[in-house]
Amino acid sequence: MKRLVVSLCLLLGLAWAQDAFKVAVVMPSATNDLAFSESMYDSLLAIQEEMGADNFEFDYADGTFVVDDAAAAIRDWASQGYDLIIAHGSQYGAPLQEIAPDFPDVSFAWGTAGDTFGMDNVYAYEAASDQGGYVNGVIAATLSKSGIIGVVGPIEVGDAKLYVDGFKIGATATNPEVQVNVNYIGSFGDVALATEAANTHAEAGADVLTGSAQMVVGAIGVAKERGLLWLGTQASQTELAPEIVVANQVYDWTVILKPIIEQVKAGKLGGEAYVITLENGGLDMEINDNAGADAKAAAEAAISGIIDGSIAPLGE
Amino acid sequence: MQKRLNKRLFDRLFDASLPIIAALFALAVGAVMLLLLGANPLEGYAALLEGAFGNKNAWADTIVKATPLLLVGLGICIAFRAGVINIGGEGQMIMGALAATLVGIRLPSWPAWFVVPLALIVGFLGGAIWGGIAGFLKARFNVNEILSTIMMNVIAVQLMNFLLRGPMIDKEQIGAAAIPQTARLARAFDLPRLVPTRLHLGAAIAVLLAVVVYVLLWRTSLGYRIRAVGLNAFASKYAGISINRTIILSLMLSGAFCGLAGAIQVYGLSHRMVTDGTAAGFTGSAGFNGIVAALFGQLHPIGTIPASFFFGALLVGATKMQRAVQVPAALVITLNGLIVIFVVSSELWRRRRAKRRALQKMVDA
Amino acid sequence: MQDFLDWTVVIGILSSGIRLATPYLYAAIGETFGQRSGVLNLGVDGIMLLAAFSSYFTVLTLGSPWLGLLVAILVGGLMGIAMGFISITLQAEQGISGIGVYLFGLGLSDLLFQKFVGTAKAISGFKEFPIPLLSKIPFFGDIFFSQSVLVYGAYLLIPLAWFILNKTTFGLNIRAVGENPEAADSLGVSVQKTRYLTLTLGGILAGIAGASLSIALLNVFQQNLTNGMGFIAVALVYFGGWRPFYVLLGSLIFSFVNALQVWMQVLGVPIPSDIAVMMPYVLTIVVLIFSAGRVRPPAALTKTYERGS
Repeated sequence: MKRLVVSLCLLLGLAWAQDAFKVAVVMPSATNDLAFSESMYDSLLAIQEEMGADNFEFDYADGTFVVDDAAAAIRDWASQGYDLIIAHGSQYGAPLQEIAPDFPDVSFAWGTAGDTFGMDNVYAYEAASDQGGYVNGVIAATLSKSGIIGVVGPIEVGDAKLYVDGFKIGATATNPEVQVNVNYIGSFGDVALATEAANTHAEAGADVLTGSAQMVVGAIGVAKERGLLWLGTQASQTELAPEIVVANQVYDWTVILKPIIEQVKAGKLGGEAYVITLENGGLDMEINDNAGADAKAAAEAAISGIIDGSIAPLGE
Repeated sequence: MQKRLNKRLFDRLFDASLPIIAALFALAVGAVMLLLLGANPLEGYAALLEGAFGNKNAWADTIVKATPLLLVGLGICIAFRAGVINIGGEGQMIMGALAATLVGIRLPSWPAWFVVPLALIVGFLGGAIWGGIAGFLKARFNVNEILSTIMMNVIAVQLMNFLLRGPMIDKEQIGAAAIPQTARLARAFDLPRLVPTRLHLGAAIAVLLAVVVYVLLWRTSLGYRIRAVGLNAFASKYAGISINRTIILSLMLSGAFCGLAGAIQVYGLSHRMVTDGTAAGFTGSAGFNGIVAALFGQLHPIGTIPASFFFGALLVGATKMQRAVQVPAALVITLNGLIVIFVVSSELWRRRRAKRRALQKMVDA
Repeated sequence: MQDFLDWTVVIGILSSGIRLATPYLYAAIGETFGQRSGVLNLGVDGIMLLAAFSSYFTVLTLGSPWLGLLVAILVGGLMGIAMGFISITLQAEQGISGIGVYLFGLGLSDLLFQKFVGTAKAISGFKEFPIPLLSKIPFFGDIFFSQSVLVYGAYLLIPLAWFILNKTTFGLNIRAVGENPEAADSLGVSVQKTRYLTLTLGGILAGIAGASLSIALLNVFQQNLTNGMGFIAVALVYFGGWRPFYVLLGSLIFSFVNALQVWMQVLGVPIPSDIAVMMPYVLTIVVLIFSAGRVRPPAALTKTYERGS
């Protein structure tokens, strides 16, 4: 009898220990890229801090830009009893669509995308980056003295394009005279070309710059060197050059990860698409003091306009 | 007599296992790096083995990874045998894949027995054209193939980006935050799975083609010409072989196998094309790693089969290790580099041993 | 859309192209020495990355760009010697060992960066150094004489490399070893020593190329900072037909067209961005089609040499 009690306690203890919610995430770049991957990594760390390391564990595979390797990772994790597997990159959707049906008891999430493939074990998530793009555009147009603003983008698709499109509309809505020059450098990795693009924007008269994706670190350096203002997106880029970064749109994925985790715990494995927005706080506009009162006020007005629906960041 | 036979067998086995011994040395260096990163090397390498051979899925992943390495490797065998350095495998894979995908997208309701072979042939031709351009430029304008293939890799990537976010994009993806990918090909076009894993028919095609390339290189007059030009261009010129035509042909064939590798990746694995803006995102760097596989296989099509297999196993196992002991992806790349360096350096001992045997034979005779 | 022939644009393209060409020049001239002596080093990009990180880290921790440059030279030189050990002493197939060195440098530089730095931090490396008087010349001053020290160095390197290769005994040895190692050996020129020297020199220059990015032009480090520049540099050696001034020409054409496509996008010329990005690569090939003479590569290129074989 005594032995039975002991073993029951042990079993319970084991069950208790296994209760931690286990997440695995695959990401295309490094966890400290100051951009897309970092935003997810930081969000998972924040959740872990909140829930406690005993209740929330996560494993990751960073730098997995080879789509096929990501597919292998997802399949491997799926067969290992993780509660939630996150494919953090829109290029991972294609393999996920093939894998998810083979593991109906495992929950998957992928982004940035809005499509769950009609599967009830897949969540989709995306960022309304056009909203922060719009706000950054408003700030840029308010602060620009020359009336010329430069944008350095990676490839003309997805999250980056959404941000840039919103930015252009925000800037011209604030000041129709303002000229927004856009340059896509054709990759997410060419720091040298992104830097030269920033130089070119400066030569062309731009005094405010912005850009999306991880290769902008060099462009921020140009802005710093030449005393131009910089507007960041995805993660906070302020610490790279505190004196010239005036605002960042910071992605906080905890806002959508929490409800997803709750749903998975409750047994609902997918079928919903989430968006982080200014309204639900997933997009956090971090406006620094060097933006000045005018720009800050204009930005606040734009934020509340977007939230109450009176402003459409992508136009009508 | 028996003793001598045993000795010969031992020598051969030793030679064949030299690359593996060298790879083990590289892994020993890697163990130190793992220790420095605070990870347990034994645990890491156990995961590596498990990831490559641990279960049915692991074996399948290894073979799936080895398939493009083998196909590219076959192309590399042909080019290097002709004395041409083809480092355009990445671009040729992409062009082959794009061409093959286009076939599947344009003929969605045609029967699979017609579309799939056609698509693979078109992929083969797509790679052949991309490789052939480099061959033509070299033969006609003396544009070095290293230069043209490096440049054409980048051009192919940008072409892929352009096509996937424009003309070839999935109609469902048109919108503000479009994902640059094609529509999924009809399910009927999926290459048959050999067992219920990711393992698909492509692996069998690749092995079969290895035999074909062997026959081509050693049993046909074209193969003879290719090898003759590679061994001694001047002599073959006097033997009446057109060097220009041979160079163009060998780069075309080389590109063709890379193109086929790309087409098979699409029809066997991804079933659509999607770009992250880099070549490696799609190819997994098979265009480069295939060169390594071919050289590990002594530039022999049949030797390239086990070489691709082991290299594929290492790549698959290493990513598993990355997940198991939570080390950065950068370590896997470093290890990959070390293995290449150690294995290629071990060649010296094989050559030295061969030389010694030849000398021994001479003395004995 | 601005007027395309605006002086700002012309000056912008020229000065931008001159900056962009800088890392290619160092790396390609270094590779020229190696290839002239018969060794193809495809590992340039990896060496650039390792040196870029080490010099970046030096400036980040110690603050002195000159010290950073010195570290880049040391790391580059060591990697050159390592490449020499693999391809000369161990006689490994050159193309493959280069790929190995590339992967090693690519991985290790990122690993060290993540371990010791973590998140990219901007540093202040070599500043622009306007040359007194010369930088005041209208038009030319802005383009040529208001750049970083490492940019000037790249252009001074060209005539120096030409002189070494064509007018010194060392250069003669290099060329002899690359053309006919057996004959050079029989005349008492050590093939191994000469090739070790050119590879070390090539490594040093690849190291400076990496430093020119991380501590002069970009002032930052990130995983795969070079993004394949080392491979383009190797291609430019072939463009230049192993001659320093033609390597300069190729680097400039490539870089000016790259600067031009950036400007075209900035000025809103309606062309898809991917097609614009393609331009320098396409045009480099096209230019070579019309200009490639019958230049012959060094006869012993990629061939290992062993006495008495």
